[in-house]
Amino acid sequence: MLFFIETVLSGLMAGVMYSLVALGFVLIFKASGIFNFAQGVFCLFAALTFVGIMEKTGVPWPVSFVLTVGVMIALAWAIERFLLSHLVNQEPIILFMATIGLAYFLEGLGDLMWGSDVKPLDIGLPSGASDWMLDTFDIYVEKLEVVAAVVAAALVTGLAVFFQKTRIGRALRAVADDHQAALSVGISLRTIWVIVWSVAGIVALVAGIMWGAKSGVQFSLSLIALKALPVLILGGFTSIPGAIVGGLIIGVGEKVAEIYLGPFVGGAIENWFAYMLALAFLLVRPQGLFGERIIERV
Amino acid sequence: MLYREAGQFKTTYDADQAIFPIAQDRWAVIAFAAIAFLVVPFFVNDYWTNAVLLPLLIYGLAALGLNILVGYCGQISLGTGGFMAVGAFASYKLMTSFPELNIAIVVLLSGGATALVGVMFGLPSLRIKGFYLAVATLAAQFFLVWLFNKFGWFYNYSATGQISVPERTIFGLVVTGPTAAPWVKYLFCLSFLALFGLIAKNVVRGRIGRNWMAIRDMDIAAELIGVRPLQTKLSAFAFSSFYVGMAGSLLFTVYLGAVEVTEVFGINVSFLVLFMVIIGGLGSILGSFLGATFLVLMPIFLKNFMVDGLGLLPVLAKHVEILLMGLLIMGFLIVEPHGLARMWQILKEKFRLWPFPY
Repeated sequence: MLFFIETVLSGLMAGVMYSLVALGFVLIFKASGIFNFAQGVFCLFAALTFVGIMEKTGVPWPVSFVLTVGVMIALAWAIERFLLSHLVNQEPIILFMATIGLAYFLEGLGDLMWGSDVKPLDIGLPSGASDWMLDTFDIYVEKLEVVAAVVAAALVTGLAVFFQKTRIGRALRAVADDHQAALSVGISLRTIWVIVWSVAGIVALVAGIMWGAKSGVQFSLSLIALKALPVLILGGFTSIPGAIVGGLIIGVGEKVAEIYLGPFVGGAIENWFAYMLALAFLLVRPQGLFGERIIERV
Repeated sequence: MLYREAGQFKTTYDADQAIFPIAQDRWAVIAFAAIAFLVVPFFVNDYWTNAVLLPLLIYGLAALGLNILVGYCGQISLGTGGFMAVGAFASYKLMTSFPELNIAIVVLLSGGATALVGVMFGLPSLRIKGFYLAVATLAAQFFLVWLFNKFGWFYNYSATGQISVPERTIFGLVVTGPTAAPWVKYLFCLSFLALFGLIAKNVVRGRIGRNWMAIRDMDIAAELIGVRPLQTKLSAFAFSSFYVGMAGSLLFTVYLGAVEVTEVFGINVSFLVLFMVIIGGLGSILGSFLGATFLVLMPIFLKNFMVDGLGLLPVLAKHVEILLMGLLIMGFLIVEPHGLARMWQILKEKFRLWPFPY
């Protein structure tokens, strides 16, 4: 029983990490209807820049963090200016392909600028087992994952407040609801897109730092996007709570399946189990857990 | 002046329905085919076959298959790598279990096996649409690769987990294995591509193809006018997977000879083939070939240019190559989102009026 709880807990923690990546996807999809495949590479690029600035200049990490946020905002502006503004009104699949192109570009750029070797990311985040949990409940919990969970919670709360209470947040929600209506009341779509891509970039930076602290900053970081996709379809492309809950479900499902189901089929099912879980779920509810109901008209 | 259909009268329905109704097109295609079949085989050497021609032909076939699904039926699939793996492993199992089977039949049967798998993974498409489906097809990709990696039966319990092709002949000529002559390999793949390109062209012009396009344009409306979504979507998946499976089979048997599944049929292949389809032009047979040509030749060109031309280090060149590929893809989508096939069409229109465009 204890082992089961431990499994579920570690699944929840891993799920939080997935949610962090999925969040960035949802933000962009909601506001512009673009399925941004480059989100995973965003994480890699942000983390690389973050570590790179610290290495090259020796500044403390908060300074580097602020600088990287600046870089991500500049990147968002450049993407809107040079890529998206030329592709307005194109088919979704064309936009999707453009973001894959973007992913290649950023991957090459990140490697060129900061080198492609694995970089350790050490900004004093705690690691190892939590003694308190180990002593009181006899359960092994990774400290770093607790930190990640706390950070994710703070981030989501921050985003929720931003979306609900601020002027820009309201404009963002208006755009997500109906592009044309938003345009007609004087909301600038281009500004909104820059803001959304910036926010997604910052979320990617946080996710990149968390993943980087866990496994070092390296190319494989860009592959976590693939981990976030089943989370997305499970939660629904347009729902922020969906990304969180979906992440938790996938995280737990994956860990439990790997331990209790894996041995029967030869193990290493983590790669595809999440997809199968999401697929089975979609057959029952095609718009995902919290997605908007799909209404089709002729 | 040269390319003008004025004066070409059609007096029969057959002539009107021809694939290439304009005589100049017809002659150009015949000439091109004649050169590809009769002239090129005498000049190919090992480097050209292995580096350029075979990948071009094989990826052309795969892109053609995916274009049927994505471009004609509108179902986005990211499982191409997995389906190609099915083709490769099906031919390996067939070749080792039935040594007397002709290699051409092996390739066809592998396509058939892949079609079955494709239909299975196409079933969710009846319920899931758009990007949800795209992500769902990733399940096929990861699951199939895992399957071929995990169960020894698929690779006959070889110690390395690799599969390598036994030697097979057709008309007394060695096609597969290390001793095969470049021109035989080339002709073998070219024949498949030409034959199945022709079949695809005719299928998409016919009733089945029109059903696919109706589903693509709006599936509810198509359903209302009597197109059956189940049969139509699944037939698209079957057709597409058949082509993709044959491409995978050829890739393994003729081109590579030995395959390690996670390396050769990873997710990158799925994206690569999808890029070919989109850069070439969705819903265009010619576009599939153009896209494949572009994406096969571009990395070779970039690499040669940077390593030999500019003297960059190979590692650095690799990064620049990825960066440039990304830039090119984005640039292409901005300049012409409808792909190379569309560019070709515009060029032809211009050429019709040349040299007096007004």
